[in-house]
Amino acid sequence: MFSSTRIFAVMVKEFTQLSRDRLTYAMILLLPIVQLMLFGYAINANPKHLPVAVMVQDHGPLARSVLQAMTNTGYFDIVEEATSSRELDHALESGKAQFTVTIPPDFSRKVVRGPDPSGLNGAPKGAQVLVEADASDPASTGPALAALSGLAQTALVHDLKGPLQPRQANQPFEVVLHARYNPENVSAYNIVPGLLGVVLSMTLVMMTALGMTRELERGTMEGLLATPVRPIEVMIGKLLPYIGIGLIQTVVILTLARVLFHVPFEGGWLALALGTALFIVGSLALGFLISTAAKSQLQAMQASFFYLLPSILLSGFAFPFRGMPAWAQAIGTILPVTHFLRVIRGALLKGLGTGESWPSLAALSAFVLVVTGLAMARYRTTLD
Amino acid sequence: MAEARRLAIDVEGLNKSFGDKRVVKDLTIKVEEGRITGFLGPNGSGKTTTLRMICGLLTPDSGSGTCLGLDILKDARRIKRQTGYMTQKFSLYDDLTIAENLMFTARVYGLDRRRERVRDALEQLGLTQRRDQAAGTLSGGWKQRLALAACVLHEPKLLLLDEPTAGVDPKARRAFWDEIHALAGEGMTVMVSTHYMDEAERCHDIAYIAYGELIARGTAEEVIAQSKLATFRVEGPGADRLAREIGARPGVEMAAPFGMALHVSGPDRGALEAAIAPWRKPPLVWTEIEPTLEDVFIHLMNRSKDNW
Ligand SMILES: Nc1ncnc2c1ncn2[C@@H]1O[C@H](COP(=O)(O)OP(=O)(O)OP(=O)(O)O)[C@@H](O)[C@H]1O
Ligand SMILES: [Mg+2]
Repeated sequence: MFSSTRIFAVMVKEFTQLSRDRLTYAMILLLPIVQLMLFGYAINANPKHLPVAVMVQDHGPLARSVLQAMTNTGYFDIVEEATSSRELDHALESGKAQFTVTIPPDFSRKVVRGPDPSGLNGAPKGAQVLVEADASDPASTGPALAALSGLAQTALVHDLKGPLQPRQANQPFEVVLHARYNPENVSAYNIVPGLLGVVLSMTLVMMTALGMTRELERGTMEGLLATPVRPIEVMIGKLLPYIGIGLIQTVVILTLARVLFHVPFEGGWLALALGTALFIVGSLALGFLISTAAKSQLQAMQASFFYLLPSILLSGFAFPFRGMPAWAQAIGTILPVTHFLRVIRGALLKGLGTGESWPSLAALSAFVLVVTGLAMARYRTTLD
Repeated sequence: MAEARRLAIDVEGLNKSFGDKRVVKDLTIKVEEGRITGFLGPNGSGKTTTLRMICGLLTPDSGSGTCLGLDILKDARRIKRQTGYMTQKFSLYDDLTIAENLMFTARVYGLDRRRERVRDALEQLGLTQRRDQAAGTLSGGWKQRLALAACVLHEPKLLLLDEPTAGVDPKARRAFWDEIHALAGEGMTVMVSTHYMDEAERCHDIAYIAYGELIARGTAEEVIAQSKLATFRVEGPGADRLAREIGARPGVEMAAPFGMALHVSGPDRGALEAAIAPWRKPPLVWTEIEPTLEDVFIHLMNRSKDNW
């Protein structure tokens, strides 16, 4: 059907050309790093001392310790002590506070007693601290929320002594988070993995689209077409080196995400690997498809941007997906980036595997098949 | 009776339009195996388009034929395997080295003994020392020689060369043509487009195309004879300065200075003699001569423009 020598010929040629092109190195390494730093800067833009409104209904020492521990993290400044939930809501709505913290009346009692092991009073329910967050600016709330979650383990270390010592073993109380204005909770952690989708699209779609049209512009296409090489051989040979580039970028971004931004890696490795592979191949095939229609590198560039903009804006990367109007969601649903983001966020943040992510993986597979098919159908072995 | 030689190219009624512009019109051409055919015609006359149709790079709108015995419409891939096509524009990779370009070609044609072939080709070119130089940094003449070497690496039976010597200096051109004749001597069929008259004369056959139509075919002598062009050469004091005056007379198609002399020609002998009569006296010396190929081509060009 096809010859591995010819594929190898095209691949070596492409690889050699890539390795002599400085722009390639910039695209492979600089683009992800610069993007991550930009977003990283946004994430780290002094997220501390966020205004908090509190309502303390339990006046015991344990409640005070929790508040104290909260302020000690440096992330929170108590700006208001409310006496009713209406006051709390108002503080959040008006933007006076970014968080509200409620310590219910039976807090101390429940901490001391611990969750009802017998389960007699319904489900065993322990002590709770209720937190509402204005998550419309997720970049700034992310780390604060993370600090808050860690509080349960450490806040009461000094209070629970003597007979209460065993209560420290399990979390003595639970922080119940409720994010408002941003139900999908696009947090900083969401953005960094999402960036992988954006960087891969940008680099791979554009590089292949430009790479092919460059051959057309320089006239080398005519020489290539005069040889017996088949379309599928050109495509495979040309795309293989870019798959390598996509993988390097993936590793760079994920490593930085872990090391610099402490993005959780919950699991779902297989889903992550499959999703990434499908997305890389699909993006490359799309670039190839664009190149079969574009007459010049400029046109290829424009077509790539035409695809990239909605990919950034409507995929759930920039705005929470469910917060978008129906028409935008409809467009978003046909964008491969949307599905890639679901797979990768699901895997990294929630540990979702192929079992849970299969609809998105199926969508990505369909994308690869359709785009490759179209590219092959459109690729001409003549100059007509 | 000599056995008819086999045809390497045998196409009939080829047509090609781009948009509503008909670029090649009912073109029929046959090329015998082992011959060098010069393909001539003014800019934009459809030479490149025709060559591309013959080697399967463009699909004709209508027409049919065979190339190396294979159907040009159905067997494009098999034709490509046995054909070397040298494009008008340099189509090797500027950013690959000379050796890498040759190696790429060797692989794409699936050749055996690739290293050896590339090494031999480099040696023959005399580029062994510069094998690691980027192809884009070669001078024009060297680029063309490299392109030719790449085209014949797979030992094709048919060589289609599209203006291979444009912008190449005379010495390099001669070397190039020696190479073409050597290849034809080995049995390769060559079709080469060119604008140079001296190159046309080096070909076994000539095909002249204008505005997409084949209007002259045969050996150089045949083409000259077919043209029925009458030509006079006039020498003497100030002869070369008469071009404008004589050229304006009815019956004179062209009057072109050649050094100190002037060539005057026209399609109708009687009309031409009448036109030049006023100047046919001493000190000017008139002699009737064979028209040159160039005279004939300019004549053909003018004629087809009239029919246009
Ligand atoms: N792909 C194309 N699309 C549109 N027009 C084309 C295309 N290729 C060629 N043409 C037009 O067809 C005509 C013939 O072009 P072609 O290149 O075959 O001429 P040519 O004889 O090779 O000329 P030259 O001596 O300048 O190389 C020209 O007018 C050219 O503009
Ligand atoms: Mg041409």
